[in-house]
Amino acid sequence: MLSPTEDLVGLGGIGLDQGGHLLIDRALRPLAPGQRLKVSDGGENLGVHLRAWARSRGHGVEGDVVVKGAAGDRRLAGAVRAGGPDPSQIVDHPPRSWGLAARGALVELGGPDLASADLDSRPQVWSDLAPKLYAQATAAQWDPATAVDWQATAGMSSDELPDEVETAVVQVMTFLIENEQAALAVPAHFLGRIHPHFREVVQLLAVQVADEARHIEVFTRRARLRGLPLGVSGAGGRASLQTLLDEPDWSLASFLLSVLGEGTFLSLLSFLERYAPDPVTARIAHLALQDEARHVAFGLGHLTEEVATDAGLRGRLQAAIERRHDTLAATAGLASDVHDALVVLAAGSWDPPAIARGWDRVQALQADMDEGRRHRLVRLGFTSREATELSALHTRNFM
Amino acid sequence: MTSDRGRLTLGAVAYDPKVVTIWDGFRRWFAAQDLDVDYVLFSNYERQVEELLAGSIDVAWNSPLAWVRTRRLAEAAGGQARTLAMRDSDRDLTSVVVVREGADAAVAGLSGKVVGTGAVDSPQGTLLPLAHLAQLGLDSGVTVRRFEVGVGLHGDHVGGERDAARALVAGEVDAACMIDGNHLLFAREGILAAGSTRIVAQTPPYDHCNMTVVDGPDGGDPARDALLDRFAELLLAMDYGDPAVRPLLDLEGLKQWLPGRLNGYRQLEEAVDAAGFYDQAGRVTAQGYQP
Repeated sequence: MLSPTEDLVGLGGIGLDQGGHLLIDRALRPLAPGQRLKVSDGGENLGVHLRAWARSRGHGVEGDVVVKGAAGDRRLAGAVRAGGPDPSQIVDHPPRSWGLAARGALVELGGPDLASADLDSRPQVWSDLAPKLYAQATAAQWDPATAVDWQATAGMSSDELPDEVETAVVQVMTFLIENEQAALAVPAHFLGRIHPHFREVVQLLAVQVADEARHIEVFTRRARLRGLPLGVSGAGGRASLQTLLDEPDWSLASFLLSVLGEGTFLSLLSFLERYAPDPVTARIAHLALQDEARHVAFGLGHLTEEVATDAGLRGRLQAAIERRHDTLAATAGLASDVHDALVVLAAGSWDPPAIARGWDRVQALQADMDEGRRHRLVRLGFTSREATELSALHTRNFM
Repeated sequence: MTSDRGRLTLGAVAYDPKVVTIWDGFRRWFAAQDLDVDYVLFSNYERQVEELLAGSIDVAWNSPLAWVRTRRLAEAAGGQARTLAMRDSDRDLTSVVVVREGADAAVAGLSGKVVGTGAVDSPQGTLLPLAHLAQLGLDSGVTVRRFEVGVGLHGDHVGGERDAARALVAGEVDAACMIDGNHLLFAREGILAAGSTRIVAQTPPYDHCNMTVVDGPDGGDPARDALLDRFAELLLAMDYGDPAVRPLLDLEGLKQWLPGRLNGYRQLEEAVDAAGFYDQAGRVTAQGYQP
């Protein structure tokens, strides 16, 4: 018989070995410690199982009555919400004790600190552009197998695409591949250091890494498309890229890679799309250009916001360019193999007038790169004169 | 005794690798409360009990069977054993005897049949349910097949009971003995599908582990007892809401430490006598028992 102070839950014939405990848990939830819950209709083993189950949960049991224990509700004592799921609910300094918890989750105290997440300050990491850019990035993913008509170049005759011009294309692809390797490694290196609270930034960088992986694939595939061996990897080019990998500061690395390096690559890819001697080269340059523009937009976006809150940052950015310039002073800059290959690629043939045309186009490319860098530096608050000086110090290796 | 130096030494049995995690964690927690507690792990309870009596350790985290032996040894030596604390989950356990669904639902139906049990030294998987069956009149009418997993661990290792349950499903035994919670656990593990077995007997409630202390014929040592009092006080103060100890409490299978009590061991004392496991002086008399 039900006492006036007891609640009742019927299990509908389901035993505790069939999930019946879920119904008991649900019925206990609103009760206070010490309150009683009579359990009925839980199968023939209810008496045995109720005793064992209640004991394991810290509840008392008297026959078929569970007396709610105090401990279970204590599990969430001190638990806090990890901000909120919407980007507007991001906190400035999420504690590392929130670890991998979803933003907005109720975080039980205890558990390990996410020691690796040292990039945990909103001004340093976040950009309001991140959610929008991530959405664009996922919508703009393309499949190398279907987005490119590989046969369009593979099927060209040697008159249409002479080997001497193809050699230049392969050299440029060889150069692009090693640059994309660096562009993949740098965000990948920082991904694990960004606090997961800044979810959209992590997601965006993850897609960025995937973008670069795809670029490496298509540039490699293009390089091999007509059976020629890959080109030269210059020591100076690799030295330049190494300085990107060696930069331990997230803001500075982002500045050097995304704003200056990938920013410069926007001009290069645009150039390749425009002057490519074959349709596949033009197509993959176009596809990569779209992705790189997003990478530059994020880098520029979060640094613009960071510069606004960190008065000393601009000075550090300037010092980073100067330091990199000094480091690379003893290297050769852009390998002549690459420079000459760009001329031949843009010329489309070895006829002297064509070579002259190609030369002019590469000169224009370098001017365009410089203009783009100066424009982005001004966006970050540098004066026009500072931007001109700093752009001139950028690596001659483009990235 | 180590308490002379202001440190308490606890003995525990290494029935699972998690024991190290548990006592390392508790040790750090006690240190944060300014109590120096260290621990020693034993491979079996018999050795732990002997070292407790020898004074090598101050307190033993004892199985119920180890408690019975400690009490007998202590009293035989003119002293006495007492208990400081136990888990909330150590109180009022029962063991059950299970048959396949469709078998004779009466206990008497087990007469002449094969009953699978846990290891020889398992209170919950062997000693208590067999004593209960004997009280129900099946004293010599069944053949016992023991599943000897973790002998010396006093049934802390669940493997013996699990093997008995598997043997029941396989038709190798006619009944299997297990603690009530394991009947539920084995259902969740898929070993005993819901509705595939029937419980034909359940022991009365009994108590399980406790923190055991031994006082010699001349009583306790005041310095040690002060440390033990503080140890018990801190145990009872552990709060499941404290994130520093909650994972350890979860691993050890409790929500709260409770004061020790001694009225839950009579059934096991009788079962030990019935099986001839220890004599009244605490000597091991079980045949073929090699922890």
